[in-house]
Amino acid sequence: MQLTDLTMLELAAKLAERAVSSEEATRACLERIRQVDSKVRAFLRVDEEGALAAARASDARRKAGSPASALDGVPLGLKDIFLTEGVETTAGSRILEGFVPPYDATVVRLLKDAGLPLVGKLNMDEFAMGSSNESSAYFPSHNPWDLARTPGGSSGGSAAAVAAREVFGALGTDTGGSIRQPAAFTNTVGLKPTYGRVSRYGVIAYASSLDQPGPMARTVADTAALLQLIARHDPQDSTSAAVETPDYQADLEAGVRGLKLGVPREYFIEGIDPEVEASIRETLREYERLGATLVDVSLPHTKYALATYYLLASSEASSNLARYDGIRYGQRAKDARGLKELYALTRERGFGPEVKRRIMLGTYALSAGYYDAYYLRAQKVRTLIREDFTKAFQQVDAVLSPTSPVPAFKLGEKVDDPLSMYLMDVFTLPCNLAGLPGLAVPCGFTKAGLPVGLQILGRPFDEARLLRIARAFEREHDFFRRPAPL
Amino acid sequence: MALTLEQVRHVATLARLALTPEEEQRFTTQLSAVLDAVAQLQSLDVEAVEPTSHATLAASLLREDVMKPSLPPEKSLANAPAKSGTSFAVPKIIE
Amino acid sequence: MPVSDFQPVIGLEVHAQLLTQSKIFCGCSTAFGAEPNRNTCPVCLGMPGVLPVLNQRVVEFAVRTGLALECTVKKTSVWSRKNYFYPDLPKGYQITQYDLPICEYGRLVIDTPQGEKVIRVRRIHMEEDAGKNVHDAGGGQSLVDLNRAGVPLLEIVSEPDLRDADEAVEYLKTLRDVLMYLGVNDGNLEEGSFRCDANVSVMPKGSSTYGQRCELKNLNSFRFLKQAVEYEISRQVDVIESGGKVSQETRLWDVNKGVTRSMRSKEEAHDYRYFPEPDLPPLHVSDEAIDAAAKALPELPRAKLTRFMSQYGLPAYDARILTAERPLADFFEACAAHYADGKKLSNWFLGELMRLLKEEGTPLSALAFTPAQLAELLGAVDKGTVSSNAGKDVLGEMFRTGKAPSDIIAEKGLAQVSDTGAIEAVVDDILAKNAGEVEKYRAGKKQVFGFFVGQVMKAMKGKGNPALVNDLLKKKLGD
Repeated sequence: MQLTDLTMLELAAKLAERAVSSEEATRACLERIRQVDSKVRAFLRVDEEGALAAARASDARRKAGSPASALDGVPLGLKDIFLTEGVETTAGSRILEGFVPPYDATVVRLLKDAGLPLVGKLNMDEFAMGSSNESSAYFPSHNPWDLARTPGGSSGGSAAAVAAREVFGALGTDTGGSIRQPAAFTNTVGLKPTYGRVSRYGVIAYASSLDQPGPMARTVADTAALLQLIARHDPQDSTSAAVETPDYQADLEAGVRGLKLGVPREYFIEGIDPEVEASIRETLREYERLGATLVDVSLPHTKYALATYYLLASSEASSNLARYDGIRYGQRAKDARGLKELYALTRERGFGPEVKRRIMLGTYALSAGYYDAYYLRAQKVRTLIREDFTKAFQQVDAVLSPTSPVPAFKLGEKVDDPLSMYLMDVFTLPCNLAGLPGLAVPCGFTKAGLPVGLQILGRPFDEARLLRIARAFEREHDFFRRPAPL
Repeated sequence: MALTLEQVRHVATLARLALTPEEEQRFTTQLSAVLDAVAQLQSLDVEAVEPTSHATLAASLLREDVMKPSLPPEKSLANAPAKSGTSFAVPKIIE
Repeated sequence: MPVSDFQPVIGLEVHAQLLTQSKIFCGCSTAFGAEPNRNTCPVCLGMPGVLPVLNQRVVEFAVRTGLALECTVKKTSVWSRKNYFYPDLPKGYQITQYDLPICEYGRLVIDTPQGEKVIRVRRIHMEEDAGKNVHDAGGGQSLVDLNRAGVPLLEIVSEPDLRDADEAVEYLKTLRDVLMYLGVNDGNLEEGSFRCDANVSVMPKGSSTYGQRCELKNLNSFRFLKQAVEYEISRQVDVIESGGKVSQETRLWDVNKGVTRSMRSKEEAHDYRYFPEPDLPPLHVSDEAIDAAAKALPELPRAKLTRFMSQYGLPAYDARILTAERPLADFFEACAAHYADGKKLSNWFLGELMRLLKEEGTPLSALAFTPAQLAELLGAVDKGTVSSNAGKDVLGEMFRTGKAPSDIIAEKGLAQVSDTGAIEAVVDDILAKNAGEVEKYRAGKKQVFGFFVGQVMKAMKGKGNPALVNDLLKKKLGD
């Protein structure tokens, strides 16, 4: 067994007893990246120097008996959407090529303060717009379970790096499923926290009312430990919740006996892959065996979520991406004659097709004469979708469903068909619209060996219960021990 | 709902995107298809429904009126594609 | 139809920079005049990933202003994004308030030749200022300075209740006085911290339908506002008279040519695509906060003027000057606490004190002497300790040195001689030396009296108490 096969908490235990140094662990990650990343292509850039310096500082703290946190010294990767002071950050876009931030995102600062070496920046769909990593301006990442397939998106690089054991964990962001869908595609755990649970300051915005950073790891306990470090109120984020952070490990092993778990009939629809459905159904039966009660629930407005999401997310994005104008940072069309051309050419060349498509849709939905019919109406339907969940959570403690209707699909398969690509997110985006926490946990494999992920949705700020439910299943299977066939 | 080429061009102007003719064509088709798909929302009765613009429980967070250090100009301008002194430079603006 | 057959209709939109230490959404300084981009940070530069956090003083100032203008202060107001591209707007949108502003439906009373007039205030909202573009920087370039980006502004929009340029000027002056009284704005039109756009239209007299309006910009003085509005009224009348139609547009006041001209660049289809700012939850202002602000509201210029007239027995002219600026009014009241005769005090203020303030360029806040000392000086004049003229010199010295009036009078020997014996001796001496003149006086040439006064005062180096000198001369001359 290699060092990189350890879970975060296993490594943390070895670091604590000083059986392994952070520098060794970090070097092991760097070595693993050298071995497999030419195939997986998870990293946009590796910060070897920065990571090793942080690792040595961690080792000094461990030696002095004053670790900064339980995970001090555990190497981690970051989706390239998190601003890192002094380290180029592009959000997978050409327009930010060469942009070196003057500040750290709040979560990056929290991780640095907690002593975690940050190994590098992970590939993603451009500005987090996509479900396959193919909209990255640089290259698509590959799924370690089948290199011809996508690791999902938009946090595909993060999921792929964790699954390929290039890092022990990573941070992603989730606007419509961007943490959970890649986790489900790669046999990893991904948690989208409640909106406001984790600071968005320093996280490049896609759709501000939906974006939420979260942890990605190989086990539920690792995910909990990582969440523990980043779930803080941030006075620099006005939408950050002043809610106390519980101990996410405390009830992790408490099981599901007595819990009521909702099964929404609208999530078992036509078009769902039969193997995915079978795997989820089997998982549900297992929960019953473990002592939970399954309850049939209805989320009647689910079918409107996709349209609602694309209108709202694109509208917000059209405004959020207005700042990329080639004036203060980023790429500029140097040959532009006059100011108008400066804007139009810089943005035309700097953005890829998916980003332009959403900017166009969002600009249209907000424009005079269409606002009420599109944007405002979508906001109202968003209310109906939230209310669906409020009602469901009066009956049940959590809602279980597939994370994605299909397992990882082939790279190139859906690139030219935006609508069918958008359908990949149909089970994940209602959670963002409602601002709820959602978790994807491995629950099996298809015959072809592709991972399947269960999605668990909960009440606001009920992350601890989602983790506990996920852990109850994980304990029975340990799918996370299975390495990807690299 | 079908978008016209004219509408696509107008939206591209608003969004400051110098679309190529091919893109204009492609977006006309693709955005029309997306608008057809989202048209299902028109069938819902939302007359009495309040819009949701924030998914947060957070109350308005206020900060005290206290000055904090700014960035030194060399850091503010470190990523600027063009500058002059400590100003950002752009092609001459014609009023 | 001549101009006199048309009724102008004018509304003003005022942008007032709020006197906060830091910007509206970040901790950068709001100070004016720094090196370009010295007062910037990731937030006001619109860097990727930044988020706004609202400065609470901005809310306090908005509530205070709303209450002073008798608005309804909304318990919930909402932030919006106004989307447009311009180099001085770093995020590509301005954070402002749109359909749910913090204050609505207020009023401001102004003076017109016909008496008091109520101008309705439609709304007050908070927003962030843009930066500054330096258009002609040479080398085919324009330069962008974002020091001002994110400075808090209050936008105060009047209803179109103003009917001529003079009313517009009076409204703007009155509003400026109120904002300065409230301590929310410095009233500086030249530096642009108090700015005004005017919406102007004309309609035939007696009509109730407003004409098409034009928005006038670049009105950075009261004079320009008056000139621009007058020009625009006659321009619009000319357009209509010659059979044309006024088109809705933004027009710029050209200071050099004295005309308004169309800003074609702003004519392009603007579509601001307002939508609720997702990065800022709705703003809640509690009843308690509104009550507290109402209680803390200072007396406003108009109320103070009325009170000065009744409490200190001042004519309107005096009261208006004394209450025009709060520091002067406050200083007057501090002096009045030590000195009973309001009108006499006012005379000293309007005369000697304001002349000194103006000549020396000293702000009231830096005055060297205390209200009690000024009262002491006036008392000394009343008692005849010092002459009125010498009192002016004493005030000048107090102004420069801050010394007590009694010390200055002693040091400079300015004390008046009110000792009857001493004056009598001088009078006797002068009359004895000028027997011929005394003869003439007694023969009926009364004009000579002035000569005797002059001689006595000269002999006493001007320090003789004039009343006593007069009395004694008359007595000795046998009147």
